[in-house]
Amino acid sequence: MSAFLEVKNLTVSFPTEDGLVQASNDISFSVDRGETLAVVGESGSGKSVTSLAVMGLHNRQTTNINGSAVLNLESGPIDVISAPEDQVRRLRGKAMSMIFQDPMSALHPYYSIGDQLSEAWRLYNKGDKKAGFKRATEMLELVGIPDASTRVKEFPHQFSGGMRQRVMIAMALINNPSLLIADEPTTALDVTVQSQILQLLKDMQKEFNMAVILITHDLGVVAEVADRVNVMYAGKIVEQAIADSIYYTPDHPYTIGLLNSIPRVDQLEGKRLIAIPGQPPSLINLPQGCSFRKRCTFADQVADNLCATVAPSLDVKENAHFSRCHLTEKQLVAARGGK
Amino acid sequence: MLKYLVRRISATLVVLTLISMSVFLIFDVLPMDPARLTCGKACSPAVVEANRHRLGLDVPVQVQYGRWVKGLFVGRTYGEGQAEFTCPAPAFGYSFNRHECVTDLLKRAFPVTLSLAIGAFFLWLFVGVSLGIVAARFKNRWPDRASNVFVLVGTSLPTFISGILILLFVALKFGFVNPIDLGKWVSPFENPLGWINTFIFPWITLALAYAATYTRFTRSNVIETSSEDYIRTARAKGLSEKVILRKHTLRAALAPIVTLAGLDFAGLLGGAIITEGIFNLPGLGRLSIRAVLNDYDLPIIVATTMLAATFLVIMNLLVDILYAYIDPRVRVA
Repeated sequence: MSAFLEVKNLTVSFPTEDGLVQASNDISFSVDRGETLAVVGESGSGKSVTSLAVMGLHNRQTTNINGSAVLNLESGPIDVISAPEDQVRRLRGKAMSMIFQDPMSALHPYYSIGDQLSEAWRLYNKGDKKAGFKRATEMLELVGIPDASTRVKEFPHQFSGGMRQRVMIAMALINNPSLLIADEPTTALDVTVQSQILQLLKDMQKEFNMAVILITHDLGVVAEVADRVNVMYAGKIVEQAIADSIYYTPDHPYTIGLLNSIPRVDQLEGKRLIAIPGQPPSLINLPQGCSFRKRCTFADQVADNLCATVAPSLDVKENAHFSRCHLTEKQLVAARGGK
Repeated sequence: MLKYLVRRISATLVVLTLISMSVFLIFDVLPMDPARLTCGKACSPAVVEANRHRLGLDVPVQVQYGRWVKGLFVGRTYGEGQAEFTCPAPAFGYSFNRHECVTDLLKRAFPVTLSLAIGAFFLWLFVGVSLGIVAARFKNRWPDRASNVFVLVGTSLPTFISGILILLFVALKFGFVNPIDLGKWVSPFENPLGWINTFIFPWITLALAYAATYTRFTRSNVIETSSEDYIRTARAKGLSEKVILRKHTLRAALAPIVTLAGLDFAGLLGGAIITEGIFNLPGLGRLSIRAVLNDYDLPIIVATTMLAATFLVIMNLLVDILYAYIDPRVRVA
């Protein structure tokens, strides 16, 4: 039995006047129902581009997309990359939904919450506006908005950021999707609200038995909710493993760097946070070899200057733990600093 | 809402009072003498003074203003003896040049200007907004470039050129309009076709200039709104592009056009001087330009200025109220 979403060799690039921007390169992963996949990486690493491709939200005229992203629906598999646009559109909001980073601007300012939710519901269900509002109220109650029957008639500007993100979640889930993509859903929110939203996502996942792709640059968020993790760098997946394995035995210097840069409550005394030196490379002319090479403090440990000439492939390092790195397991253990 | 309306309307009255005062003051300090203009070359000072008295200009400006305001409410009698004329309230004054109450002049000129403004308004709104939407949908493709040519022509051609070109090379050349009937007022209720025939070319002339601006404005608003997060949300919901454009993009993109259109329309109601001049339309524009340039006819100048200002202030209020219905964020504030 195959997973609900299977992405294979997905490559997204944008032709620009300066050259081809390789936004995401040879991405393969899968997510099944009930499972949360976290996609981690800094800005410009291709996280959002990949998920927008899965949603079919890129403009096909201005974007080059190769590879496949297959949704294994009950009615049969559909590859959203090659399927006709109209067919993909009919999957959006029903088979797969997405919530976005900034709930402040993601809701239409001129329509009431009820209007916007019932619009999503009525797209795939027969029912009048009244039925739509009834369904919208149910969903608002489900995502924990108090006094839902009055608030359903209100407008986005009357809601706080956290409440708006709840509204977005309610809207995304109103047609019972099998896949939810959450693109940095907590980045724009207060820390206290963040954990509430994450908890809500977890609850909703259980309730609807969804596959969830959680895009984030916050490893703390990942630890809280993820089953498996993709670490992305410069458009590629550089490390792929179950969440615990990423934390305890990171197998890529980039991941090690990310983990070192998180403040830890148990190691506050006298320890400086270690930043990863340098900037990510331009996606237009990616350097030959490993794209992390210039920021990697361990590159000189690899023989024959291999890092500068040969791009490492995504290889198994340990049990179901993949990494794009030339370092040997022994060198990696040393790089983790005996962790 | 009621409180808001009362506040806005009283503010409007204050503005109108200030405007009327300013017009009187400006007219008072201008180095022209309407009394001197009333008689020809050989004119004795005594006659000039007598005329000044007849015109009501021999008293201080504040007294003139007071009389004018009183006339608005109770009507007023102008001149004296044999040459005595009474205008009922609201009396905006009496034009001795035209021997007519200004209110009657306005009553005759206003329907002409209103006809011109309404027709042109709907024409430019329709053409401008639809062209703008098309241009935005086909950004950087041929429909966009074609609309760009239209915009360039519309904005670069002043109405006194485009109006004359349209009059000479379309209206008169192909015999759509009889030169003798040019500008003859036809009531739309008695002869709708004749009304359209009188106004269609002035409409096109005015609309050409305005539509170009609206095309550009609509285009950039639609393009800007299309990249908003909530449009991406609409797409992620699974809505079709048609519904997204109609329901989500246009709703937000066209809201600012209400403001622009309201004020432009109000501006036109004060009279389109050039277009009315070219097409010989006896509207407010012609009335005021003649009063200013030829006759120094204070009562007409004050009246047309006040009328234009009133339209603008009232339309401003209407736009604000309308906007509250369009944008819920304004409603609460």
